[in-house]
Amino acid sequence: MNRAVDVLVVGAGPAGLALAAGLAAAGAGRVEVLERDEHAGGIPRQCHHGGFGRAGALGDPGALADLLGLGAYGATARLRRQAERGRPDSALGLRGPAYARRAVAAAVAAGAVVRTGVCATGWAGPLSLETTGPAGPERITARVVVLATGARERPRSARLVPGSRPAGVLTTGELQQSVHLYGQSVGRRAVVVGAEPVARHAVRTLRRSGAEVVAMLTGHRRATALPGVPLLTATTVAELRGRGRLSGVAVRHEDGRSGLLACDTVVFTGDWIPDHELARRGGIALDAGTRGPSVDGAFRTATPGVFAVGNALRGVERAATAAAEGAAATGPVLARLAGAPWPEPGARLDVRAPLAWVTPNRIVEPAVRPLLLRSGEPLDHPVVTASQDGRPLWRRRFPGPVSPSRSLRLSPGWTARVDPSGGPVVLSLG
Amino acid sequence: MSLTTAGALPGGTYDVTVVGAGVVGSAVARELARLPLRIALVDAADDVGDGTSKANTAILHTGFDAVPGSLEARLVRDGQRMLAAYAAESGIPVEPLGALLVAWDEEQRAALPGLADKAVRNGYRAARLAPAEEVRAREPELGPGVLGALDVPGESVICPWTTTLAYATQAVRAGVDLHLNCPVTGVAPGDPHTVATGRGVLRTRYLVNAAGLYADRIDRLLGHAEFTVTPRRGQLIVFDELARGLVRHILLPVPGALGKGVLVSPTVYGKVVLGPTAEDLDDKTATGSTAEGIALLREKGRRILPALLDEEVTAVYAGLRAATEHEDYAIRSHPARRYVAVGGIRSTGLTASMAIAAHVVELLAEGGLPTAGARDLEPVRMPNLGEAFPRPYRDAAMIASDPEYGRIVCHCERVTRGEIRDALAGTVPPGSPDGLRRRTRARAGRCQGFHCGAAVRALFEEARR
Ligand SMILES: Cc1cc2nc3c(=O)[nH]c(=O)nc-3n(C[C@H](O)[C@H](O)[C@H](O)COP(=O)(O)OP(=O)(O)OC[C@H]3O[C@@H](n4cnc5c(N)ncnc54)[C@H](O)[C@@H]3O)c2cc1C
Repeated sequence: MNRAVDVLVVGAGPAGLALAAGLAAAGAGRVEVLERDEHAGGIPRQCHHGGFGRAGALGDPGALADLLGLGAYGATARLRRQAERGRPDSALGLRGPAYARRAVAAAVAAGAVVRTGVCATGWAGPLSLETTGPAGPERITARVVVLATGARERPRSARLVPGSRPAGVLTTGELQQSVHLYGQSVGRRAVVVGAEPVARHAVRTLRRSGAEVVAMLTGHRRATALPGVPLLTATTVAELRGRGRLSGVAVRHEDGRSGLLACDTVVFTGDWIPDHELARRGGIALDAGTRGPSVDGAFRTATPGVFAVGNALRGVERAATAAAEGAAATGPVLARLAGAPWPEPGARLDVRAPLAWVTPNRIVEPAVRPLLLRSGEPLDHPVVTASQDGRPLWRRRFPGPVSPSRSLRLSPGWTARVDPSGGPVVLSLG
Repeated sequence: MSLTTAGALPGGTYDVTVVGAGVVGSAVARELARLPLRIALVDAADDVGDGTSKANTAILHTGFDAVPGSLEARLVRDGQRMLAAYAAESGIPVEPLGALLVAWDEEQRAALPGLADKAVRNGYRAARLAPAEEVRAREPELGPGVLGALDVPGESVICPWTTTLAYATQAVRAGVDLHLNCPVTGVAPGDPHTVATGRGVLRTRYLVNAAGLYADRIDRLLGHAEFTVTPRRGQLIVFDELARGLVRHILLPVPGALGKGVLVSPTVYGKVVLGPTAEDLDDKTATGSTAEGIALLREKGRRILPALLDEEVTAVYAGLRAATEHEDYAIRSHPARRYVAVGGIRSTGLTASMAIAAHVVELLAEGGLPTAGARDLEPVRMPNLGEAFPRPYRDAAMIASDPEYGRIVCHCERVTRGEIRDALAGTVPPGSPDGLRRRTRARAGRCQGFHCGAAVRALFEEARR
């Protein structure tokens, strides 16, 4: 069956829903959101912890700006700091599932059509997607396609961890779904690989399911421990052991010492990669650093009519950030629907190690929102510089430590000095 | 029709018992199922094909490079034809991609004409030398330095999981008793033989030993010591489906002193495999991968297809070839004992399986097994796991008749709830979520269960209740 809509959003997570809500509310015509899962809401559905925005302020599904807009940044950062001081989850505002429900309700109330159990499997034309669902295959053509497909954690195999292939080897995503959505028991003694916020959530989920967490480990030299959980830094997994069921994790410290942690469960956390299958199958240019679609400050990919928002751009940021991107893309999408031309790609943004990625990836016109910059390693008081064709554009010192699991926000003013037709803009340290 | 996974074994005497439900044992049981006899197929594992048969390179070989005149050469050549025909009839995915044996240095180039001659001596006449320009045109992503290739158009890739399952399914439907979780621990030879298993005693007049890596142990239980199995580990890396466009043929290495070497090949599941290593070990359970193995494969792979290394890895696994001290299959018949040992089925057993089965039944007949009254088996039709053939999620008619085929559970591999339901209700249902993966591809994709692991496990456990 062939159908046409005005805007087709792929992915009903925070980013896709926020954008759909904004567009529908602005009268963009038929705005359809496809969700391959049986339920809309995205990753927050499986996150039974707080930190998803201010409770109370979100009662009205019409309060879009508050729920999904930029205002959420400050609030969640503050609430996060409270969390780190040991406040219970309930003090942190909404839990994931409640946040997801409200995001769906907001999009639906605004007039967007959210279809679950429908998977976009490939492209039938530049702005046409092939889909499958219980009602059968379809071809849906849109005036604008938005990729809001989110991210996933790289599993043990992609990380090239050697050893046997027993049961009991999970990612945080599988762990959270098993425990929170299916009430399955996962194991009794667990090791968590990673020590970032996602790893800490994995520890809490494991404990809630009745498992003892034997250790957390990270290859970084520095990380924040959780009370009651031994933390091994500068340590990597050398091998998984066990037949049938995991029996242990062999670990190695960077100084050469090694050991075996007896356990029946191991959770690999936090090594994120955008779900970029559709983007690649559609020939949409990716950015080498983020591995997500390369976008300019208005979320335009290099392919006319195709936008990308949220974690599909670069792996994980908090839900509020993804939603804010969705909301911020509303204007550019409306402009495109009104006939705005697709600009030339502009100047590329590149990073130098240890910086890992930056988004947006291109500067067409001066950016209006902060840029997100991620380091691959922990840094102290980094000085970040931007230059183009050997010409310094900007320089700033960031006070305090920088973690590889949190992005730096670069205020966008300096991008006015970028020459859109010039060479790559290089972001580096020092 | 019966399948048991627990409890005492049925009484009475079987005419033939096959030990080992790998691809070889299952093929033998299927061949025997044509006869009006009472047959048992037993395996220590909770599923069929859980040994070497699940973890190999999955090439349907022409046998062009076998040792001319060997038993292996004959059985691979015949088996290739038999299995290709059987696959077409029963829906086992096979992709006839053709192979290129790529020469990267002068020594390898010099070896190509000899290999072409050897192919002819093995009865394979379609191999020909291809110059460097042609190779480059046919495989544009190959790394620099290609000097030429031997073009072997008859090589194919196949689904090893569906193959074993098809044999076992057909055997069980034709009346074979399949006993899983049933390790053979002792044999008191006699007439009948008394076979001790983890689930009690089984009596059988004829015995076929197709126990793969453990075939030497079974052999010794009967008082023979004709071969010793030395596991030869092969580690492999599977790259994501998004890498599939990088390669069009099976890219074989030119064999050197150190064995067959590392290949790059598409899989029938639409991915790309790099491997295998060849490591002689003494531990028959050492099916783990190692840091050294992975590093070696990556180094070789970078030379063959540099762009491959930038792609995401979906799986790393290892299989153990049942090598012996003999340079050929060690298939030994002991007519007086009513016993056939099928040993040393090394790196070609998947291809040769049907021919091995026919050979084994001939040997049993020579030893007195009555083979009158053979009948044709009811054909099987297996669900398609191949990416190059219509998958249910794309099939409008199938979804219209049953919407469960439109409900995708595993999104990376596009596996629907309908397929999972069917597999769980199959004649030989899976014994674990991994067995379910081998029947459906569920959880075999890039996310390895990040999205669907919990849902698939829930479906598996629900079906067991
Ligand atoms: C890395 C690698 C790559 C390969 N590539 C190819 C290829 O491309 N093409 C090809 O044709 N072949 C290939 N092969 C070879 C092929 O996989 C084997 O030849 C084939 O699987 C042998 O089948 P089998 O039934 O003899 O052994 P297995 O598959 O190992 O089956 C033996 C069975 O016996 C059972 N068993 C053992 N002991 C007992 C006991 N005491 N009681 C009960 N049950 C028992 C085991 O549980 C097992 O299920 C490859 C092999 C490897 C390792």
